Amino acid sequence: MLLDWGYVAVFAIVGAILAALPLLVIWLIAPRSAYPQKLETYESGVPTIGQAWSQFNVRYYLFSLVFVVFDVEIIYLYPWAVVARSGGALAFVEILIFLVILTLGLVYAWRKGALEWV
Amino acid sequence: MAATLLIDAIKSAVILGGVLTAFAYVTLLERRLLARFQLRVGPNRVGPLGLLQPLADGIKLIFKEHFVPAGADRLVYLVAPLITVVAALFVYAVIPIGPPVRLFGREVTLYVADVNIGVLLVLAASSIGVYGIILGGWASDNKYALLGGLRSSAQVISYELALGLAVLGVVLAAGSLSLVDIVRAQSHLWFIVTQPAAFVLFLIAAFAETNRAPFDLPEAEQELIAGYQTEYGGFTFAMFYLGEYVGVITMGALITTLFLGGWQGPLLPPVLWFLIKVFAVVCVFIWVRATLPRLRYDQLMALGWRVLVPAGLLNLAVTALVIVARG
Repeated sequence: MLLDWGYVAVFAIVGAILAALPLLVIWLIAPRSAYPQKLETYESGVPTIGQAWSQFNVRYYLFSLVFVVFDVEIIYLYPWAVVARSGGALAFVEILIFLVILTLGLVYAWRKGALEWV
Repeated sequence: MAATLLIDAIKSAVILGGVLTAFAYVTLLERRLLARFQLRVGPNRVGPLGLLQPLADGIKLIFKEHFVPAGADRLVYLVAPLITVVAALFVYAVIPIGPPVRLFGREVTLYVADVNIGVLLVLAASSIGVYGIILGGWASDNKYALLGGLRSSAQVISYELALGLAVLGVVLAAGSLSLVDIVRAQSHLWFIVTQPAAFVLFLIAAFAETNRAPFDLPEAEQELIAGYQTEYGGFTFAMFYLGEYVGVITMGALITTLFLGGWQGPLLPPVLWFLIKVFAVVCVFIWVRATLPRLRYDQLMALGWRVLVPAGLLNLAVTALVIVARG
């Protein structure tokens, strides 16, 4: 098993090299003729107004808060899913309670309007 | 030890090379098929049937001028496409293409590694890919790019859960997180038969995860020029493109592995079966793109949270009930 992780590491390194190589190649062979107008930010052809790095209202921030909670909770379900067969009825009832709490959380968020487009 | 490492390095190189070739030809397949759907012919001039078109595109993109916009955050701007590509390729470390075969008197497995948490590794890698998109959108200092990046993150937080819940159904049925074990568990009956709801959930979430139509909001060209790719050109643009299309192939390979019995099939050699199934799923992706119009942003989030997540939870509970009841 440890050796398998070694393989995964080798694969990741080979992949990273493969991905970085083209950047080196274009740095060597791509033509360069930049001038200030070319380096301007594209904004449909008119002169750029201001920066994009300004305050921006991310309208789905409530979704993201709910997401963090749910994503962590779903991770808890994976170990159970693997042993569900041998766990039997007791494990099933326990996970059902967990699932019901999870669902209640979703219903709560829904009723509170967290899943609305604010 | 040295021999196994060498075999592994060769295997990695072959799989990566295969994936990159597949990427090149999926771009051609998409252009040809979309053209057919729209009663056009599509690119057919470069080589027989246009088969050299991807090569011509690649050469063109390499020789394009490379520059970084003056306002951009240089480091993040260059790292972002790298993240996308590495994350997209990384998944193939654990996807089994076929059963072990004997080559030159040696048992060779047709996957790089069989780790016991393969499914989690795949899900993690596919969600890292979105960081490349968000960072690229942010680093460009372009309003369209920023909006594209934000939309991409909205999509991930809406569909990641559905994806995870759909996979959970399969994990329950197989009793393992290893992709090889999951394929073996389908030797009698594919999981698409026993887990149809999970399959539909996974398919829909897969469209969203790969930013494909009808969920292609991050690069909606009618609204956002090119979304997060607006300030990218030449080969860095090609890298984002690669990330997207390798993602499509990845989802094809995952659907094949999780629901369509992986390499298993009668008569034909296993690897060929695997490729046929992946090809079929990729064709479905293209077909859907040609058929469905784009969803609105809030509709997309509502569909994810109010339909797919409850459906996923319900599917999980029913699956668990059936499995425990049958012992």
